[in-house]
Amino acid sequence: MIPATFEYHRPDSVPGAISLLQQHGDDARVVAGGHSLIPMMKLRMAAPGHLIDLQGIADLRGVEVGDTIRIGALTTQSEILAHAGLAEAAPILIEAARQIADPQVRNLGTLGGNVANGDPGNDMPALMMCLDASFALAGPDGTREVAAREFYEAPYVTAREEEEILTAVSFARPPRGHAYEKQKRKIGDYATAAAAVLIAADGGRVTSASVAMTNLADVPVFSAAAGAALVGTDCGPDAVRTAVAAMQGDIDPVEDNRGPVEFKRHVAGVILARAIARAWSRA
Amino acid sequence: MTKMHLTLTVNGEAVETLAEPRELLIHVLRERLGITGPHIGCETSHCGACTVDMDGKSVKACTIFAAQAQGAEITTIEGIGTPDSLHVLQEMFREHHGLQCGFCTPGMITRAWRLLKENPTPSEEEVRFGMAGNLCRCTGYQNIVKSVLAAANELNTVKEAAE
Amino acid sequence: MKDLPDSEERRANLKGLGCARKRVEDARFTQGKGNYVDDIKLPGMLFGDFVRSPYAHARVKSIDAAAALALPGVVAVLTAKDLEPLGLHWMPTLAGDKQMVLADGKVLFQGQEVAFVVATDRYIAADAVELVEVDYEDLPVVVDPFKAQEPDAPVLREDLEGVTEGAHGPRRHHNHIFTWEQGDAAGTTAAIDASEVIAEETIYYHRTHPCPLETCGCVASMDKINGKLTVYGTFQAPHVVRTVASLLSGIDEHNIRVVSPDIGGGFGNKVGVYPGYVCSIVATIVTGKPVKWVEDRMENMMATAFARDYWMKGRIGATKDGRITGLHAHVTADHGAFDACADPTKFPAGFFHICTGSYDIPVAYCAVDGIYTNKAPGGVAYRCSFRVTEAAYFIERMIEILAIKLGMDAAELRRINFIRADQFPYTSALGWEYDSGDYHTAWDKALKAVDYAGLRREQAARVEAFKRGETRRLLGIGLTHFTEIVGAGPVKNCDILGMGMFDSCEIRIHPTGSAIARLGTISQGQGHATTFAQILASETGIPADKITIEEGDTDTAPYGLGTYGSRSTPVAGAATAMAGRKIRAKAQMIAAYLLEVHDNDLEWDIDRFVVKGAPERFKTMAEIAYAAYNQAIPGVEPGLEAVSYYDPPNMTYPFGAYVCVMEIDVDTGEHEIRQFYALDDCGTRINPMIIEGQVHGGLTEALAIAMGQEIAYDDMGNVRTGTLMDFFLPTAWETPNYQTDWTETPSPHHPIGAKGVGESPNVGGVPAFSNAVHDAFRAFGLTQTHMPHDHWRIWRTARDLGLHG
Repeated sequence: MIPATFEYHRPDSVPGAISLLQQHGDDARVVAGGHSLIPMMKLRMAAPGHLIDLQGIADLRGVEVGDTIRIGALTTQSEILAHAGLAEAAPILIEAARQIADPQVRNLGTLGGNVANGDPGNDMPALMMCLDASFALAGPDGTREVAAREFYEAPYVTAREEEEILTAVSFARPPRGHAYEKQKRKIGDYATAAAAVLIAADGGRVTSASVAMTNLADVPVFSAAAGAALVGTDCGPDAVRTAVAAMQGDIDPVEDNRGPVEFKRHVAGVILARAIARAWSRA
Repeated sequence: MTKMHLTLTVNGEAVETLAEPRELLIHVLRERLGITGPHIGCETSHCGACTVDMDGKSVKACTIFAAQAQGAEITTIEGIGTPDSLHVLQEMFREHHGLQCGFCTPGMITRAWRLLKENPTPSEEEVRFGMAGNLCRCTGYQNIVKSVLAAANELNTVKEAAE
Repeated sequence: MKDLPDSEERRANLKGLGCARKRVEDARFTQGKGNYVDDIKLPGMLFGDFVRSPYAHARVKSIDAAAALALPGVVAVLTAKDLEPLGLHWMPTLAGDKQMVLADGKVLFQGQEVAFVVATDRYIAADAVELVEVDYEDLPVVVDPFKAQEPDAPVLREDLEGVTEGAHGPRRHHNHIFTWEQGDAAGTTAAIDASEVIAEETIYYHRTHPCPLETCGCVASMDKINGKLTVYGTFQAPHVVRTVASLLSGIDEHNIRVVSPDIGGGFGNKVGVYPGYVCSIVATIVTGKPVKWVEDRMENMMATAFARDYWMKGRIGATKDGRITGLHAHVTADHGAFDACADPTKFPAGFFHICTGSYDIPVAYCAVDGIYTNKAPGGVAYRCSFRVTEAAYFIERMIEILAIKLGMDAAELRRINFIRADQFPYTSALGWEYDSGDYHTAWDKALKAVDYAGLRREQAARVEAFKRGETRRLLGIGLTHFTEIVGAGPVKNCDILGMGMFDSCEIRIHPTGSAIARLGTISQGQGHATTFAQILASETGIPADKITIEEGDTDTAPYGLGTYGSRSTPVAGAATAMAGRKIRAKAQMIAAYLLEVHDNDLEWDIDRFVVKGAPERFKTMAEIAYAAYNQAIPGVEPGLEAVSYYDPPNMTYPFGAYVCVMEIDVDTGEHEIRQFYALDDCGTRINPMIIEGQVHGGLTEALAIAMGQEIAYDDMGNVRTGTLMDFFLPTAWETPNYQTDWTETPSPHHPIGAKGVGESPNVGGVPAFSNAVHDAFRAFGLTQTHMPHDHWRIWRTARDLGLHG
């Protein structure tokens, strides 16, 4: 498995990277940790003529934790796991990151890469949808914000324009009730089914709920109906059943080595029910 | 193919070589620098046989381009101990039969070396989770886990004695 | 003789049989100084890489290498046309068939070798592969061995059209390879028909792959000045490779040197001869430069030898109180596009007829049909002796199914039918002579260790709780009592390409009392350098630490058939002991001369010969060795060397009792191994530490196979499991801790009583894991479901049984 040849660029600023993208158009790809792109290049399923390495851009690093949480695109999964502020403010991020790949891959794999490349198998996109995160996209005409829930269009196709770079994600401090539940075949695997759930509660009732699913359609799935089904309830069996049914109406899994469609739909329900139970127990 | 001038620190020594940007770090180490301890097993970042330490982190050298590694500080199995002064992990892997064919061993020990710096007192579960990026086809892991735990214990004993 | 005061110390000093000696191999491996094939770098070395077929069945209309050849650094592009004048476009397989080295007019499986690109480095070679243009015309694909036998199924092997007689008898269809049978067909059918209880089931053992962490590869180097060809490679049988290379290339065997350096795991994958080896040899002969070829992981999974793929239809009869009356088996064996199974020549289905297992079955019959399909060739013994895993899985499933039919406890059914200790040596209905065993003792020990009765009570309570809706987890208790047949084998009926399956050891004792021994085998992680020295230490009295063991270089090592099928200890281990005894016999003569007594007045004591009745008068082996080189001893040649070629009188029959306790989540299909107890009886135990390590590893491979590992194809013959993302190799996280135990029933015919152990845990482990899954659902009516038991298949089982409400 040997990649095709390419020209390598390591810009030290976002504008520098953008101008390279403008120059080389669709012959260029940006790379952060590279753990999605490099295997594709080794299999020659991707063969960009120009590789733009973002690691030299200091502006893409850093984590800010306030009422809003802002995470630079180059933040690795390991850095997320080790970040005390994030653990306190958004523990769902830690719970999800722990279930991504393995230690070595998490050391290089970045949040930005995970959310930007549009692989429906990645875990962070659904989580970002669940968090109602916003992605900062820097382009030739400045920076715009796109809601995670609006970002994913088709496999590997996102709202990011060719000449844009995803620089950061930000989201409001989430409610205490949280869970990222993932069924997978083994460490390092993509999800057979995974569910991100956030629940805010008051007086024993759900005041707001948010549900998103990983690897159960050709894009990550935010299920507004599933979240709505929980609001006002105590997450009892009926509410969970309704939420699961609503979610199952929103997903569209395909058969692969992880199993047939019917199986995936079923375990999506089981996983979501478990995620709701855990999130509720923490709400 | 245009080659780039690559400068690395490998096992404490500054090295320079010419390499194509697309060359994988594992090939740079093995082919250009003659460091054949780290191996190539799966080529898709699943097996960890190519594990080296880069800038203080365990990484899989099969999924890093030479160009990305420019300027990096790298430690491989060759830099972890010397024949006259083995690292405790190297001793414990032998002591507890933590290897068989030896192919995964350099990556395994290099990963464990970093793991014990990150967490000097891991539980068995933490060792299993922390070593889950390294596949072994021979040992069933039981003795690898035992070796790493024994090494942690040994290192801590030495540290306590020094304090 | 009676122990002397210092006996214990001297014995300990030897680190001989039974010592948990630390491995001598580990120093280099733990320091990154192993020497594997891809570590070998020769001056001017070129790299080979294959153009492979994306199609499972297609005609190759043309190959255009012009663009590839125009790329700077590309030295050659070989196709079948280039190999044909040399007669090397096809090569013989180990199974009496032939296999295309490079596509000759058509391709028959995805990943098949079409052209071999040779370039100055591996990056250029890979680039050039992309530039070779191959024009294919796709043909209908058959991946199902049953559909392949339909009258109008596509003809896969056009080269065999009209050939009605194959290497193993008549062919009855154009995609049929052989029918092989053993036992009494009519008697078996009659016995089963007359039985009070009959169970019938089809057991599928899916296609999988040995997948050692190091892939296959070689470096071939032709020295045109001296006419010597050297081939370094990942060979489990280097001497056989040399002979084959000589026969194929026409180079005299003395001018070929084959070296197996350190091997990063084999598990059967590295037994066969692959096109990459042949092309590398041709390329070095053509270019005069060394040529390296190392396959990548996808190539390894797609093109080099798979394992299993046996559809086993079983019928078993019993009395109503559980005495088995007969066993009938019919196997449809999917061999892929070429019959490249690695079996002794006379056994096209390996030793599948060990399928009566540990049981005293009065009459049995088995038949195996080998079939061609559009899948990769192979059929190697993946960590097992030839087709023994399939046989063990078959009988251990059939026993469970019979227990269900009888409404009987499966442990009790086994106990009723075990061959009794007093029946050994025991001749099975299918013709094997089991050397030794004590199954009841092992079984009772195992069941007691896990508190079997307690487990069954817990399981019954769990079933009730499940039915009441209090839990969604079931408990499975997976039992296995396996009997292996290893150590091929007697030369009278076991050969590979005509080479009798003996093995060998050659020892030289140095004047100062240390030694070097060379063997015909090759370690791939088994620790031969450690354990063979232990055998010699016990035989010669030279401490193991003073004995160097070398294997794998055909210029220096004696001829041997290699390491696979757990044959190293039973065969080469025996040769080692016998060579050691020859050393001792000569040493006795020397000692007698030195002590001025008659040979018969001496007796052996750990590391020395002692004058009977005068323990203060002795000569140590070190002293004797020195004398052998520096004293003229009348009637005795100088020096102290010995060689032994050992032809075993019989195979050995290791056995074991395994219990797996598994929790199953019926909603997700996930499982958790709560306990795994493995009792192995491998006869005399050479190194308990290494035995335990082998058991851990074999069980983990069994876990993988049973619970998820497969080579899967779609209907178009595309491999769906080509990377380690999809091909299940468990990590430390998914792997449980194992509890090991043993009994020790020596082999009566092996010089030191050892039987071999490396493969037992795979042979016994797979049915133990699989039986646990089945057992969890027994209370709900499950009889049989096929491996691998990955999440979705377990989920499907639960659904089909109505457990999802």
